[in-house]
Amino acid sequence: MSMLKTLEHSLSDRNEQGRHLFMNSQSSAERSNVSLVVNGERHQLELDNRTTLLDALREHLTLTGTKKGCDHGQCGACTVSVNGERINACLTLAVMHEGDDISTIEGVGGVEHLDPMQQAFVDHDAFQCGYCTPGQICSAKAVLDEIQAGLPSHVTKDLNAPIEISDAEIRERMSGNLCRCGAYANILKAINQVAEARS
Amino acid sequence: MDFNQSTEDNLFDHARIIGKPHARIDGLLKVTGRAPYAYERHDVVANQLVGYPVCATIARGKITHMDASAARAAPGVAAVITTLELEPLARADSNVAHLFGGATVEHYHQAIAVVVAGTLEQARGAASLIDVRYEEAPGVFDLEDAWSRLQNTSEPIAHIGDVDAAFDAAPMTLDETYRTASQSHAMMEPHASIVDWSDGGQMTVWTSNQMIEWTRQALATTFDIDADRIRLESPYVGGGFGGKLWLRADAVLAALGSRETGRPVKVALPRPMIFNNATHRSGTIQRLRIAAGSDGKITAFDHSAISHTLPGGSGEDAVNQTRCFYAGENRRVAHHPIDMGLPESADMRAPGEASGLAVLEIAMDEMAEKLGMDPVAFRILNDTQVNPEEPSKPFTERHFVECLRKGADTFGWAKRNLKPGGQREGQWLIGHGMAGAYRGAPTMTSGARVRLQNGRLIVETDMTDIGTGSYTILSQTAAETMGMEMGDVEVRLGNSAYPTSSGSGGQFGATSATAGVYAACVALQAQIAKRLNVDEARFENGRVVAGQLDLALADVADGEEIVAEDTINFGDFKDELEIGTFGAHFVEVAVNAYTGETRVRRMLAVCDAGRILNPITARSQVIGGMTMGVGAALTEGMSVDTERGFFVNHDLAGYEVAVHADIPEQEVIFLDTTDAASSPLKAKGVGELGICGVAAAIGNAIYNATGVRIREYPMTLDRIIEQLPAA
Repeated sequence: MSMLKTLEHSLSDRNEQGRHLFMNSQSSAERSNVSLVVNGERHQLELDNRTTLLDALREHLTLTGTKKGCDHGQCGACTVSVNGERINACLTLAVMHEGDDISTIEGVGGVEHLDPMQQAFVDHDAFQCGYCTPGQICSAKAVLDEIQAGLPSHVTKDLNAPIEISDAEIRERMSGNLCRCGAYANILKAINQVAEARS
Repeated sequence: MDFNQSTEDNLFDHARIIGKPHARIDGLLKVTGRAPYAYERHDVVANQLVGYPVCATIARGKITHMDASAARAAPGVAAVITTLELEPLARADSNVAHLFGGATVEHYHQAIAVVVAGTLEQARGAASLIDVRYEEAPGVFDLEDAWSRLQNTSEPIAHIGDVDAAFDAAPMTLDETYRTASQSHAMMEPHASIVDWSDGGQMTVWTSNQMIEWTRQALATTFDIDADRIRLESPYVGGGFGGKLWLRADAVLAALGSRETGRPVKVALPRPMIFNNATHRSGTIQRLRIAAGSDGKITAFDHSAISHTLPGGSGEDAVNQTRCFYAGENRRVAHHPIDMGLPESADMRAPGEASGLAVLEIAMDEMAEKLGMDPVAFRILNDTQVNPEEPSKPFTERHFVECLRKGADTFGWAKRNLKPGGQREGQWLIGHGMAGAYRGAPTMTSGARVRLQNGRLIVETDMTDIGTGSYTILSQTAAETMGMEMGDVEVRLGNSAYPTSSGSGGQFGATSATAGVYAACVALQAQIAKRLNVDEARFENGRVVAGQLDLALADVADGEEIVAEDTINFGDFKDELEIGTFGAHFVEVAVNAYTGETRVRRMLAVCDAGRILNPITARSQVIGGMTMGVGAALTEGMSVDTERGFFVNHDLAGYEVAVHADIPEQEVIFLDTTDAASSPLKAKGVGELGICGVAAAIGNAIYNATGVRIREYPMTLDRIIEQLPAA
């Protein structure tokens, strides 16, 4: 380290740079029309091909309830439902979703007509800062559906039996949604409240 | 209002609303996705452009060359501002490194350019086209090297008694060295700002920040403009934990972009840049010596620690709590902040104590074992009701022993296995551990304004709610004081147009800001009494009552608005007192006998923090601290590249915070205490108390489970597995 040396971009950032160069080389003016059905309403958008589904929602449709925490599929704040399955909206391009049926927190329920899961989150103080909350709620609803549909998880013991809703199943399936405020114990209670009401 | 002495019995001792559980009043907005955070405020100003930062890829040196011509020519780009085009922007006292300007690189991922374009895709694409060359300068990045060089070379912060003689005389001593890792706040909302400085005159900033006035002043310093030309709004903050106490690059880059383009510009720090561009908690190396008599009474502490900082910063003071947590006539503490070239270390939740107690409370466990004492009994024996450095200074309210006893009873401590490695369930070794918690209870000057409009009350203060529950507890305070219902109170926060508050930090926010709102309400009561021409009035059931007079608050002003404003100032009588918060953590873990993987199975916290203003939001704060403590114990650590001087694992995949599957049942008990010296509400903070000691309790439980004593955080399985007994 004693010698001065001239460096170009660091090795550690080359992947990041490379990704962007790749996207840029494709882009210049490449745009596409895409039709998305969001919360039951059809939207016709003309987008830069590089636009993620997350940014299509937040920036183009101003549906900002879906949050961007990392933009790399590492935090789950952008969880939405696409054709009935939860995904990270930051990890998919909007143009890949022609005609898809997308549900966001705005479609789950509003202040005057809360979904039972939203009410359960209020009842159990299942959030603090609120930034991860829409993603947690979208995931939580999907988790109960996935268990009911018999989709196994890492902690499912018997793959041939109906899956029981348990704390371990919920914790495992919710682990893609980070909450730095640390409301996990309360989120678990909220999800259990909805699960019990359903059964 | 001046708070110059401990308060007597007052309305909060007979409260209807304060101290009672109330659901968060901002909850409906948050669960429906309607609460507006900084980057997403499409409604506040039209024609927003997007800025994307470019960050330095060396730790120290100079930029010799920047070619932004390709970026400027890229589609949609409105402006590119490189750091070479500006002199270094003035640095506010609260920042250690410059945020932008000039050729010098002070740390890795320091911002060196911003590309402003019509969309994020365009700005990000163009940012990758900027060619940067550096002349790298040597730097010091290795804390271990610094530790071996600097041990025992600095003057202690405090030295009372004769520590060396006490150690020579003691029948039982401990001398161990411990390491804590550098940590990132990793709040879920990235640093983000929209800035409208289109005309170069008034600057409006929609941002995500814990401290409105500090940041407004820092912006004024940075751009050398009158602070009165700046307005800041931060009504919802997606987590802070100390990471958003200061002005950071997002707002600076957005302001530069806006001035350049004549349009509002928004900038969010991309997540992989946050860890090195923004601040973090410094790692520490700590040597802790404890001397005790054979009766278990501690006779001396000797605690020295180092942490890293950029030149001019203060690092992570891990020795502070050792000055007054436990009794002992002799003690020496020394903190050495070492100038290093790593990114800017600064405050993170319970700065100092989180790292210091992570070590002190393991050392206490080790010492108890040496003495053959129960670790709870050992702490009880060494409790103190005065500051041991200044025995004339009493703790106002210190119920640490009660926390320990209550916790031990509730947790079933007496039933635990005493022999390390002696309890097994299948492939899991089961262990139990505990730790004490201590954190100060500071208060800060805090102002508020209240407006009575037709029987409704509006509270305005620049206080922020970073998830802590400020909206709710300030509504409770106003409703309680004015004899109203919470539904008739509207709380408006986080705007520099409102009176300056304490802001959110240092666990001073709740105590200070509620006192400020109380002061404003008392001022409003005086105005109402004056208007009604009465000397004294009672405010209850939405009415004002004085003698024969009994009037609805809606009718006191004939439709006019009555506005009152005041500030709480805390007197220096507090300097003669020790005001603190205390707790005890109890944990059960299971450690896999084959892999060394640790699972936390049960957690209990008992807290002594004065009046708990709202048990729902306070409990959430504490379980949040416990959860962050699990991360600190088991997974969180930023790895330093000691050659190139940066944190390698700089995203949320490489830096592992606790997830759902890591967090077990958590129980929180608040002691029913009040502290009349703290504030008119007799409250103290809990947000930082919750993390204090948690990591040590987990480490002690791992020891009890396995017999393996780990003195380095995070306690990952690779650090455990080598020492595991044969399975």
